[in-house]
Amino acid sequence: MNYRAIRAIYLFEMARTWRTLLQSIVSPVVSTSLYFVVFGAAIGSRITEVEGVSYGTFIVPGLVMLSVLTQSISNASFGIYFPKFAGTIYEILSAPISYFEIVIGYVGAAATKSIILGLIILATAGLFVPLHIQHPVWMLTFLVLTAVTFSLFGFIIGIWADGFEKLQMIPMLVVTPLTFLGGSFYSVNMLPSGWRTITLFNPVVYLISGFRWSFYEIADVSVGLSLGMTAGFLIACMMIVAWIFRTGYRLKN
Amino acid sequence: MSPIISVSNLSKTYGSGFKALKGINLDINRGEIFALLGPNGAGKTTLISIVCGIANPSEGRIAIGGHDIIRDYRAARSMIGLVPQELHTDAFESVWATVSFSRGLFGKPKNPAHIEKVLKDLSLWDKKDNKIITLSGGMKRRVMIAKALSHEPQILFLDEPTAGVDVELRKGMWEVVRTLQASGVTIILTTHYIEEAEEMADRIGVINKGEIILIEDKATLMQKLGKKELTLQLQNKLDAIPSMLAAYNLELSDDGHAVTYDYDTKGDRTGITSLLSDLRNAGIRISDLDTKQSSLEDIFVSLVRQV
Repeated sequence: MNYRAIRAIYLFEMARTWRTLLQSIVSPVVSTSLYFVVFGAAIGSRITEVEGVSYGTFIVPGLVMLSVLTQSISNASFGIYFPKFAGTIYEILSAPISYFEIVIGYVGAAATKSIILGLIILATAGLFVPLHIQHPVWMLTFLVLTAVTFSLFGFIIGIWADGFEKLQMIPMLVVTPLTFLGGSFYSVNMLPSGWRTITLFNPVVYLISGFRWSFYEIADVSVGLSLGMTAGFLIACMMIVAWIFRTGYRLKN
Repeated sequence: MSPIISVSNLSKTYGSGFKALKGINLDINRGEIFALLGPNGAGKTTLISIVCGIANPSEGRIAIGGHDIIRDYRAARSMIGLVPQELHTDAFESVWATVSFSRGLFGKPKNPAHIEKVLKDLSLWDKKDNKIITLSGGMKRRVMIAKALSHEPQILFLDEPTAGVDVELRKGMWEVVRTLQASGVTIILTTHYIEEAEEMADRIGVINKGEIILIEDKATLMQKLGKKELTLQLQNKLDAIPSMLAAYNLELSDDGHAVTYDYDTKGDRTGITSLLSDLRNAGIRISDLDTKQSSLEDIFVSLVRQV
């Protein structure tokens, strides 16, 4: 293992985070606070309770997941897309470093950043509503698994994208709708049964459900299923990344 | 001594079906400066990209210091520093950070003293804390060289190092290359400038349309440069060179109105005086004369046209 190379990539990516602290950390925190004002205060005053938990408290895990998902994808996709765009990828490709090490560096940094962000948002939420975490270890497990999985997914998008439009397209057109429809702001059980069935095809439902369970022990689907689906998506992303590097897709002629 | 780079039977066909390299065989000796000359699209950059691991070969083998570039890529790539043709640099990092990053990427432990030396040698020391985006093109080029040298490579690839660089900076770059060679680094440079190859290289290779068409010691090539050509226009058409002039190896033009004579300006005697008097003795009258020096450029152009 070329640990120094992993370290170099990881620190390089983290330096980018600190340099762009405003976009990286401040803006997601601001937008999450806005969600709290709009959903928690305005709508929450009419819904009051979901499955025994106050609405403001209920949406916290969903909001954290929403940010972790979108930030993981955008961090990781931009992290690998930019060297491709600027041409500096030549150096990564010519270095004595394996593909596995490249992925650890980029995906590790992107996941670290979104985990930090998720925790900051959680702390911010604590200012608005009382927080209670039943299973902190499981909470962290879901957080880390999700951050890593979607950073891998973002890495794939960053390799695939050959323009800034494409870089934005998947997060905008696929991930954001899936997250909004994945039960961030409501329990899937609140939907009519037809919609409920359709919703179960949305992978994000399982992530949010499992994550929410670790807070309040309430879930739309069983925790085992949540964990299994997350792990399944992680493995699928790993296989795609392995294929990308084996074939040199969009990286090497 | 075994070559430090050994390319055998290397071919590259792109997905579009374009054959960029056709069966290249090339050995680079340890410690030499090798200049690869060729027109645009000849395959220079493709060849370098494959050696450095940026593109995949379609056929053939490459060994760097005995290490196969595919099977033993870590050992092979550790030995190489690459300065690509395009100015691909980070924008917002400082010079110091980007050069240190390169060293880490190549798996070398931190060594601020070495980075300091590299930056000083390239006159970048006072810019070490500047963001790269604020530097001029020539400085960015030097930053790329610094990145390539950050991990103490034994082989340095310079792809068009002086393209778009002003005269003074070009001279400075040559100086840097010579110092590197003196420290034992093997250097492969590609260039459009014949002058640069003449100035720098120990050996010169010419590549065209994916094939190496010439590899020669510069000294041998320069000897060819010493040759001059005398063309004599004749008043009357000549059907054949008279036998009494056979010793001069004259060449008769197709229309029979001109003969050419090759001579060496560096030789003890050029033979021009005796040729002229012998021509007169043979009754051949001259209407005009013209001499021409063949340059490396001529050799290059004629080689490239032949293919």
